[in-house]
Amino acid sequence: MIRVILPSHLRALARIEGEVHLDVVPPVTQRSVLDELEARYPTLRGTIRAHGGGPRRPFMRFFACELDLSHEQPDALLPKPVADGTEPYLIVGAMAGG
Amino acid sequence: MTGVRVLAGTRKGAFVLTSDGRRERWEVSGPHFAGWEVYHLKGSPVDPDRLYASQSSGWSGQVIQRSDDGGTTWQPMGNQFAYDGVPGTHQWYDGTPHPWEFARVWHLEPSLDDPDTVWAGVEDAGLFRSADGGRSWQELPALRGHDTGSSWQPGAGGMCLHTILLDPSAPGRMFAAISAAGAFRSDDAGQSWRPINRGLQSEGIPDPDAEVGHCVHRIAMHPGRPQVLFMQKHWDVMRSDDGGESWHEISGNLPTDFGFPIDVHAHEPDTIYVVPITSDAEHYPPEGKLRVYRSRTGGDDWEPLTKGLPQEHCYVNVLRDAMAVDSLDSCGVYFGTTGGQVYASADSGDSWAPIVRDLPAVLSVEVQTLP
Repeated sequence: MIRVILPSHLRALARIEGEVHLDVVPPVTQRSVLDELEARYPTLRGTIRAHGGGPRRPFMRFFACELDLSHEQPDALLPKPVADGTEPYLIVGAMAGG
Repeated sequence: MTGVRVLAGTRKGAFVLTSDGRRERWEVSGPHFAGWEVYHLKGSPVDPDRLYASQSSGWSGQVIQRSDDGGTTWQPMGNQFAYDGVPGTHQWYDGTPHPWEFARVWHLEPSLDDPDTVWAGVEDAGLFRSADGGRSWQELPALRGHDTGSSWQPGAGGMCLHTILLDPSAPGRMFAAISAAGAFRSDDAGQSWRPINRGLQSEGIPDPDAEVGHCVHRIAMHPGRPQVLFMQKHWDVMRSDDGGESWHEISGNLPTDFGFPIDVHAHEPDTIYVVPITSDAEHYPPEGKLRVYRSRTGGDDWEPLTKGLPQEHCYVNVLRDAMAVDSLDSCGVYFGTTGGQVYASADSGDSWAPIVRDLPAVLSVEVQTLP
């Protein structure tokens, strides 16, 4: 189970309360997590990354385990604590973007 | 009893303001889509409970919302605005080619006869259409693909398609305006377009016959006389009596002919409204006095409307899509300011009162006259 925390403006848009819990078929990567997230909540398509699994929107950032993963390759494996559900995967609105 | 519903888009959400036909007491609901910019929202002329809203943010881009109950509840619709084919380039501010990039929807114009059909004017300038209630969007590429498209340059607010007018008397005829490309007309429902800018004079354009390049801020028409168009340009208030084939200036005795919105009285096709703004550098009313100017002669002869509006220390702006009229017997006129006020007049502009005073900066105002 993958834990995902969304920024408040996207939780409001998708009508989500609290964390999102996703079952992601390994390998657990940013792409596979976002694919599953968008499949569960189609309203989020285009709001985190470009439509069709395209690049991250400029003012959205990805963090986990005190690491900035925003510039990692989308198919790179996420840290093990994210993959095993110990730590959440954080989708954050950049300070510059509001 | 009939009533009105005012739809206000702001920098941080949308607000729905409702009143009965007296337009004295108002109910305010919102913010809807709190924290997001709402450039525009508008109702279907054939189903007043069907509303469309353009919601966007610097973080998460574009969202289209739809309401089927007059703005009480909303559902996100499709938000994929993909330019047709290979988008190509337009001119950047420095004159270099710049790829066409979708930024946001500035204006939504519901069809005159089908609640599921709606047009969207976007930045970078393009025209999109949905025929399924906003679920999916297709570009009508002929406008952006016009021979002059590669020479268009953005205005200070971006290269936005901000005005879409549908001619109720001629199916297929529509008008669009782009900052800073100019005005365009289609006679075949957007399949082909041609610039209609003859007679416009712009200081920054050395060629007096330039086909495009004019910073048109807003166009308005009376639905009963659609061959007559009124335009607020960057500078100059203009009029066309031949569907945009030619324009002549009607700024007359205005204190300044810079401004953004322009609108037409619901029952008097020659009664028009503008809000003069000091200059392109000083986006606030002259002398700190917020004055709507009304012409009852189709232009040239203007009178200031001040009753109920602040006449000192007022330094707000009124943006291009932030004025509207209702169609009650005594025509109501409405406008919103960058200071967060929405003003209403129930007597064609003779007197004004604020509906609300402290909203976020108002980006757009539309009004629906309810049965």
